[in-house]
Amino acid sequence: MAEFFDQIFVNLKHWLLGFVPAQPDWLQPLATVVISVAAILGVFASLFAIATVIERKGLGRIQNRPGPNRVGIPFTDISLFGFGQPIADGIKALIKEDLVPRAADKVVHFLAPLAMFVPLALTLLVLPMGRNMTAMDIDAGLLFFFAVGAGAELAVFMAGWSSRNKYSLFGAMRAIAQMISYEIPFILSTVSVIMIAGTLSPVKIVEAQQTYNGWLPDWFVFTPWGLAAFLLFITAATAESNRSPFDLPEGESEIIAGYFIEYSGFKFAIFFMAEYFGMFAAGGMAATLFLGGYAAPVEWLNWIPSWAWFFAKTMGFIFFLIWIRGTVPRLRQDQLMNFAWKFMLPMALMTILAAASWHFIPDAFTRWLVSSTLVVAPYLLLGRGLLAGRQIGKRAYRYAD
Amino acid sequence: MTISFLIIAALILAASVAAMTLRNLVHCALALAVAFAGLAAAYLQLNAQFVGFAQILVYVGAVAILIVFAVLLTRGGEAPERNVFSGDWKWGALVAALVFGTLAWAVKHSFASDRPLPTKAEVTVKQIGDALMTKYVLPLEVIGLLLTAAMIGAVIIAMKEEKK
Repeated sequence: MAEFFDQIFVNLKHWLLGFVPAQPDWLQPLATVVISVAAILGVFASLFAIATVIERKGLGRIQNRPGPNRVGIPFTDISLFGFGQPIADGIKALIKEDLVPRAADKVVHFLAPLAMFVPLALTLLVLPMGRNMTAMDIDAGLLFFFAVGAGAELAVFMAGWSSRNKYSLFGAMRAIAQMISYEIPFILSTVSVIMIAGTLSPVKIVEAQQTYNGWLPDWFVFTPWGLAAFLLFITAATAESNRSPFDLPEGESEIIAGYFIEYSGFKFAIFFMAEYFGMFAAGGMAATLFLGGYAAPVEWLNWIPSWAWFFAKTMGFIFFLIWIRGTVPRLRQDQLMNFAWKFMLPMALMTILAAASWHFIPDAFTRWLVSSTLVVAPYLLLGRGLLAGRQIGKRAYRYAD
Repeated sequence: MTISFLIIAALILAASVAAMTLRNLVHCALALAVAFAGLAAAYLQLNAQFVGFAQILVYVGAVAILIVFAVLLTRGGEAPERNVFSGDWKWGALVAALVFGTLAWAVKHSFASDRPLPTKAEVTVKQIGDALMTKYVLPLEVIGLLLTAAMIGAVIIAMKEEKK
């Protein structure tokens, strides 16, 4: 029974493929791709709809207000706790006027949301979303993830530049500077996992974490280097998806809304969706690399289907981001850059050293000790060193006292 | 000569022509990024996964951004007033045809064209990594040293000069 639910979507796909004629011979591979892509787009678009409501409700809860709780099924009194909101939002975005500034570069302005959405949606293809549930199981999957994800930077520039608005150009410049800076720790923090697993394929990385030792699963996050790399990865992923506290590219108080000021209606909705797809991809990749992917945390929970675990972990990351957004103030530009180059980059390099020592020391106790020291010592030294000579006390308000 | 190759080749050609002929410099840079992406697709079609993805990561992700920044920081993205094409394009076409003819003749008569084509090998990323870390470790280190030196040089040039 557990096996049946675990493989239910795989079997569904095979059942659908049974209707596709075997001749001509290019039809079957094409049908496979179309079914996988349609399923991924459908599932993540629905998750996006749910996540927007969860985000607004979560932020509301943090700010002592209820959040959206009215919209339910149309023409009835059923309110569904406000989870009908995305339908209303979608209709609103569709029927809004699509404003394009007169001075804007029409073609680039039109292409930018698409150029943003397509790469981020493509990154979802390599994620193992359950046992045998990888749309594109390729040897260099991790490389594909980072390579394609880097394409979004150009889209940000296209949006900011083509709007012919100085604030949107500022926002784009901020976003590109931030994305390039955080991309380095983002990629370097995964190197330790690649070294230990010995592969670039997300599927094989997940398979390397499927065993259990006593009371903990063999996830990479439960090693000293893995924990450090995991924290670096999710921090960099937050910055890459321009989320609070790294949401300077949007900075409402300074530059209105950043690179998508001049977008309205459905084009704005596509930007919004692309941001969420990026978050799903980052969360899914964090789960794949460090949290065992589709593995259950304890052995006796293995009857729950593997895909449920993957999506639970991904949504856990989204929940974490919402929580951060509601509680942490925005960084300043110089703090942002200093944090990336002076703290995260050296720490990411140290996790590589720690993983190497973990690999080469056979004795369990010694390798825990050496590996932990290689992570904790630079953390303390860097933290103390960067804060040295700075008076950080209670915050003083000039006018509000 | 498959259909996918024809599509990719057409994309690269169209994007390259656009990169040469468009009047707005930023448009040219964006068209160039499309050409880079098309080249990556061509590599992928040849089963060179690592080269293809590295092409996207380096060229679309970094070089295109660098070009765009350079365009914006130097003379702005506005279109030039006069025609970008030289008046005597005929001479240019003649020189280009001569260069192409010479190169084609040289390639046709070189011993490289007599060599049999190697059989299509399935090269994995792991094999490339192994080769870089064992057989080609010295060139790799030399390139690393060179890039470090270049980076230090760039930092020194960009550093503020101390007032005496």
